Amino acid sequence: MIALDHVTKRYDGRAVVDDLSFDIPAGAFCVLLGTSGCGKSTTLRLINRLIEADAGTIRVGGEDVTQLPPEALRRRIGYAIQSTGLFPHWTVADNIATVPRLLKWPAARVGARVDELLELLRLDPAAYRGKYPHQLSGGEQQRAGVARALAADPELLLMDEPFAAVDPITRDALQGELAHIHRSTKKTVVFVTHDIDEALRLATMIAVMNDGRIAQLATPLDLLERPANAFVSDFVGRHGLGLKLLSVRKVADRLRPVGQCAGDSAEGEPLAPETSLRDALSAMTQRHTDRLPVADAEGRALGVITLSDLVR
Amino acid sequence: MRGTKALASPLLWVGLLFAALLLRMEALRPFFHWAFPGVEPVVYDRASFPELFLAHLRLVATASLAAALVGVSLAVFVTRPAGRDFRTMVDLLAGVGQTFPPVAVLAIAVPLIGFGAWPTVVALFLYGLLPIIENAIAGLEGVPQAVREAADGMGLTPWQRLRTVELPLAAPLILAGIRVSVTIAIGTATIGSTVGALTLGTPIFDGLVANKLPFVIEGAVLVALFAILTDMLFGRLDRWLRRSMPG
Repeated sequence: MIALDHVTKRYDGRAVVDDLSFDIPAGAFCVLLGTSGCGKSTTLRLINRLIEADAGTIRVGGEDVTQLPPEALRRRIGYAIQSTGLFPHWTVADNIATVPRLLKWPAARVGARVDELLELLRLDPAAYRGKYPHQLSGGEQQRAGVARALAADPELLLMDEPFAAVDPITRDALQGELAHIHRSTKKTVVFVTHDIDEALRLATMIAVMNDGRIAQLATPLDLLERPANAFVSDFVGRHGLGLKLLSVRKVADRLRPVGQCAGDSAEGEPLAPETSLRDALSAMTQRHTDRLPVADAEGRALGVITLSDLVR
Repeated sequence: MRGTKALASPLLWVGLLFAALLLRMEALRPFFHWAFPGVEPVVYDRASFPELFLAHLRLVATASLAAALVGVSLAVFVTRPAGRDFRTMVDLLAGVGQTFPPVAVLAIAVPLIGFGAWPTVVALFLYGLLPIIENAIAGLEGVPQAVREAADGMGLTPWQRLRTVELPLAAPLILAGIRVSVTIAIGTATIGSTVGALTLGTPIFDGLVANKLPFVIEGAVLVALFAILTDMLFGRLDRWLRRSMPG
């Protein structure tokens, strides 16, 4: 979906993005992870040409981005940022409708799409359509910002620390919804953050960046188990590594399927197979039990997971 | 309820007072006779007040419209990447225009373009540019960086971004600049009468020359009411703009 080939961007002679090459396959959730100033936001903006590269080529869907007019390119790519950048003089509905209107969708289709997105982001259309950004909480503004980025159904979504400024509870909910949207729409997402736990929770691939280069490009699990160098292992942090490992593995990987062991059964509210092992541990601790049932979204029993399965 | 609210509006009463004085100044003849015994005539009669007002209005409207167009255009230009380098120069020019007394502009303009309305229009135009430019720049620069970045990121062209995002968000400040500029211009336009422009200042200067105080009072009161009324109308426009555009 996205291919960066020897991309460099310099400011005052200093390379902020330094000869960067990597591919992001379609459908991936790629997190650019690093400290501030490592070049992760610059890399993101190079993709939709808010910043022009000094050298190298960037392809989106096989097309060299410099061969397209920047506006046409950007209308095909969703873009969400930390401070949302919602237009303060437009209603939530008008904000979400920005790109569909630029693409000259008929009004009825725009209206239907706005309502669909408000529902997807859990904002009641009747209540929120006509509100102005300043009437929303920080979390609601972020939801509207994400809805706006998704409005024209782009194949590619660029997100620059979208949840960094909201409170932890709201952030947790928004991450959950973004993960759900990614799973259900199969969009390619490039997501910038400095938060390792956010990266581990959302990513299918993580690019740890340092000084404009990629320190390691790996799946969340590989990053934790096989850090490529001292920088990555320091960044990932040895503290709480076991819990981080639990957070990137799913219940589905460890569950004992129904019927495999006749004696295994468990009581209580079942877990979903895509629950992380960390959340499963939390649920067991909370409910004072060492085993929990697992069921799919339709409520069909899939099996059982036990405390010893978590640390196997 | 709605009726009483309209009656309580100062705009209505100032407007009525202004219209009454403009059209029926003769009705005050007994008052002026009593206050200034021996002066004849007591009501200015070399031109009608409505005629003076319309000429005054035309001067101010021409100069202010030009100042608003040029001022906002310059502000837009120096807040674009291409015009950023001209920022200091435009600030300086507008500052000079403001510091230069309009009387001096008139003195210089008359030998160049002759007597009449035009030297006054030039003087008012130059004098009115600074508040418009300064406010428009402040308004355009006050658009949050995140909003501009989002507009670009959504794929708005630079022109679409200016027209649909930046100018509407800067509109209250731009309007405030125009309001100051126009209100000053209404007062300043009176001196145009010294170089042959017809304004509500004409009775004032004629009265001063002929030592007829009633003329001075008549002209001054009308100019003052004109300025107050215009300012009130701008206030209405400002409230309407803010209501139609919350946030």
